[in-house]
Amino acid sequence: MREGMFRNVSGCAISGIFSRSGRRFSGKLIIDSITVMHERSNGLGGGFAGYGIYPEYKDFYAFHIFYEDRIAKKECEEFLEEHFDIINLSKIPTRKVPQITNEPLIWRYFVAPLPTKLADSQLDEREFVVRCVIRINTAIDGAYVFSSGKNMGVFKAMGYPEDVGRFYRLEEYEGYCFTAHGRYPTNTPGWWGGAHPFALLDYSVVHNGEISSYDANRRCIEMYGYKCTLQTDTEVITYIIDYLHRKKGLTLKEICSVIAAPFWSTIERKPQKEREELEYLRSAFDTLLVTGPFSIIVGFEGGMMALNDRLKLRSMVVGEKDDMVYVASEEAAIRVVQNDLDRVWAPKGGEGVIITLENGES
Amino acid sequence: MAVQYIYPEYEVVRNHDRCIVCRVCERQCANEVHEYLADSNRMAADDSKCVNCHRCVALCPTRALKIVKTDHTFKENANWSGKAITEIYKQAENGGVLLSSMGNPENYPVYFDKILLNASQVTNPSIDPLREPMETRVFLGAKPENIERDENGRLKNNLPPQLQLSMPVMFSAMSYGSISYNAHESLARAAAELGILYNTGEGGLHENLYKYGKNTIVQVASGRFGVHKTYLNSGAAIEIKMGQGAKPGIGGHLPGAKIVGDISKTRMIPEGTDAISPAPHHDIYSIEDLRQLVYSLKEATGYTKPVIVKIAAVHNVAAIASGIARSGADIIAIDGFRGGTGAAPTRIRDHVGIPIELALASVDKRLREEGIRRNVSIVVGGSIRSSADVVKAIALGADCVYIGTAALIALGCHLCRSCHTGKCNWGIATQREDLVKRLNPELGYRRLVNLMTAWKHEIKEMMGGMGINSIEALKGNRLMLRGVGLNEKELEILGIKHAGE
Repeated sequence: MREGMFRNVSGCAISGIFSRSGRRFSGKLIIDSITVMHERSNGLGGGFAGYGIYPEYKDFYAFHIFYEDRIAKKECEEFLEEHFDIINLSKIPTRKVPQITNEPLIWRYFVAPLPTKLADSQLDEREFVVRCVIRINTAIDGAYVFSSGKNMGVFKAMGYPEDVGRFYRLEEYEGYCFTAHGRYPTNTPGWWGGAHPFALLDYSVVHNGEISSYDANRRCIEMYGYKCTLQTDTEVITYIIDYLHRKKGLTLKEICSVIAAPFWSTIERKPQKEREELEYLRSAFDTLLVTGPFSIIVGFEGGMMALNDRLKLRSMVVGEKDDMVYVASEEAAIRVVQNDLDRVWAPKGGEGVIITLENGES
Repeated sequence: MAVQYIYPEYEVVRNHDRCIVCRVCERQCANEVHEYLADSNRMAADDSKCVNCHRCVALCPTRALKIVKTDHTFKENANWSGKAITEIYKQAENGGVLLSSMGNPENYPVYFDKILLNASQVTNPSIDPLREPMETRVFLGAKPENIERDENGRLKNNLPPQLQLSMPVMFSAMSYGSISYNAHESLARAAAELGILYNTGEGGLHENLYKYGKNTIVQVASGRFGVHKTYLNSGAAIEIKMGQGAKPGIGGHLPGAKIVGDISKTRMIPEGTDAISPAPHHDIYSIEDLRQLVYSLKEATGYTKPVIVKIAAVHNVAAIASGIARSGADIIAIDGFRGGTGAAPTRIRDHVGIPIELALASVDKRLREEGIRRNVSIVVGGSIRSSADVVKAIALGADCVYIGTAALIALGCHLCRSCHTGKCNWGIATQREDLVKRLNPELGYRRLVNLMTAWKHEIKEMMGGMGINSIEALKGNRLMLRGVGLNEKELEILGIKHAGE
């Protein structure tokens, strides 16, 4: 049994660090933060997402791919060559860590869609990439694209997050934003693809919780071409965000009002314009409301968003120091990397904290 | 005296020690079962007239009466049941089609009773509805494909007309004529107080009830009785009735005897004429014709009201629903084979149509596969008996349910299934003035409000147990359901796992 064949419920730790000024810092910081929350995971999954880590290839999609064997790699590379210009490919550098075993082949490709293929598809470039990723993940046995954005990358494995960070030599990467996840699944995922963050294009999600709306959300989003192959909350939340943000053009704030919508009693107290807007969002996107406990950190190009479920059934704290913003399941995970905070607070349920680069560029 | 082939099904048992000969039973029984014997100063009963409606039992001040099933029996036969034999006697005698009322009572599987709900343990918390908000508000109607923004970048409200309900339950179509004015008034007032909707059925709308318009669905059926522009514009939504779960494929028939006074006026037909609704709409012989009627009604009401298309659950229901979803309808109502009726041929009622649970599951799945589930809302009925059925229907994929029989039971109906006789002792399915008077709308509406309030509490409890605090997160959430004692095929159609999986 491996993840995707059953629904795997998890508790977790999450952490995110963001530099508003776009100053790039080492991945060591995020490892230090997530390490503090060791007890919140159980060694069955850990991972990171880094943004701004590939400035030299920032115009190309960076595909991180797990292969179970060379046959899968060959088949996948044939597919990639058919659909993309491959600018660079290499193994993702790792170091041997006793706690991390049974690693698959882990490769990285910087690619751009082939102009002719893209034109033939009549799709916009990002949709073309999404479809190719979903195609590889569902049709090529033993190949799994776990990161597909520009100037960002996901690194994940079976193990405790601090060991995963060392395994991937994360301290050697520099970015303006990192997020991290330590997983406490109730069942063993059986393979590395089940670890988090879950990512599609530049959207990455780390999540702590178990959503009670899962199947309502899954069955809704699968109408729009997504396939929830992992059966995890994180996967379905990522697709919802991609759908609402990229495909429907909602702002992140509006997305918060869909997935962690205010209660009707709250909406009724709002001024008329705001009330109408909130009513519209809840009514128009009703089955994308997410209930049950969750705290999530969404990474995207140039920004990061933290959000709790509407009842705040999971802990999540935000801290600020100068241009730096820290989000974590526990305040300790912030204090360990920055004890001298200008401000620290626990956002209310459903209150999205959206942080973007000051100059609007990554 | 002629040979009597049929022995009464029920016996009226009277405890003469308790009977005070007050004769209330005699006065209350429209079927004239009870009789006062002056010679002996005792009450007697003619069992053959009894329909087992409990009116006399409920009114007897000394509890001297009860109705029991007779133990008189045919020779045992696993093939020829007493019912089958008796029905042949009846038909051999009168040469007619057997008539029945209310929903199919036969022993077919009730899938709702083979589905169990989930609850949270450890990994996520259940939610206490007494301490936390628990939302049951629903909107019915088509959802927009894309968002639109105005010049300032603000979201425009491009939602097609929606119905807002405080809970996912509505009172289903029961016409004025098939049920009494007092029953209609009770339903209308309850709907208004509850913030839900009731449905006129196809008998038009009595002018006194126009004031409940925003809680009213006005129906347009094949007979077009009582349909005019003001009627269409008086409700919150318009329902085109294509079919009914109790009698798929056939129309309706309200005998001329019931077309009296206000009913004749409301239906816009002369007194004493039979009100015959044809089996099909004679302007709808195919899906493209339906589209024309949908848009005619929208034109007539300025595109301000959602249009519901109601169909009976039949074998090909998924394909039919898919066609309707592409025909401009905002809402599809599906009526299962257990759905009630004021009168239907027994063979049709008992042998045509499919269970609503299976119809709902396959329609929801088909519309999702085709990516058009959000073009329409789905309302199901026939039959929803409790709040647990509501929760299961929503989790299977319905947006809302219709209740008819349950509402009538709240008004006093005892399911004696004799509506077609027009002598309802409870004042519901009758137009006899003395009987109608027995249903006090003031009390009737209160009982309906009580029932819905109780169900709402129960729905919240069940949602809270599952860790869900808003009804939309339950919609189509089939992982919250498990089957018990169902075979692989049934589970596949319902789209649920077996308990223990």
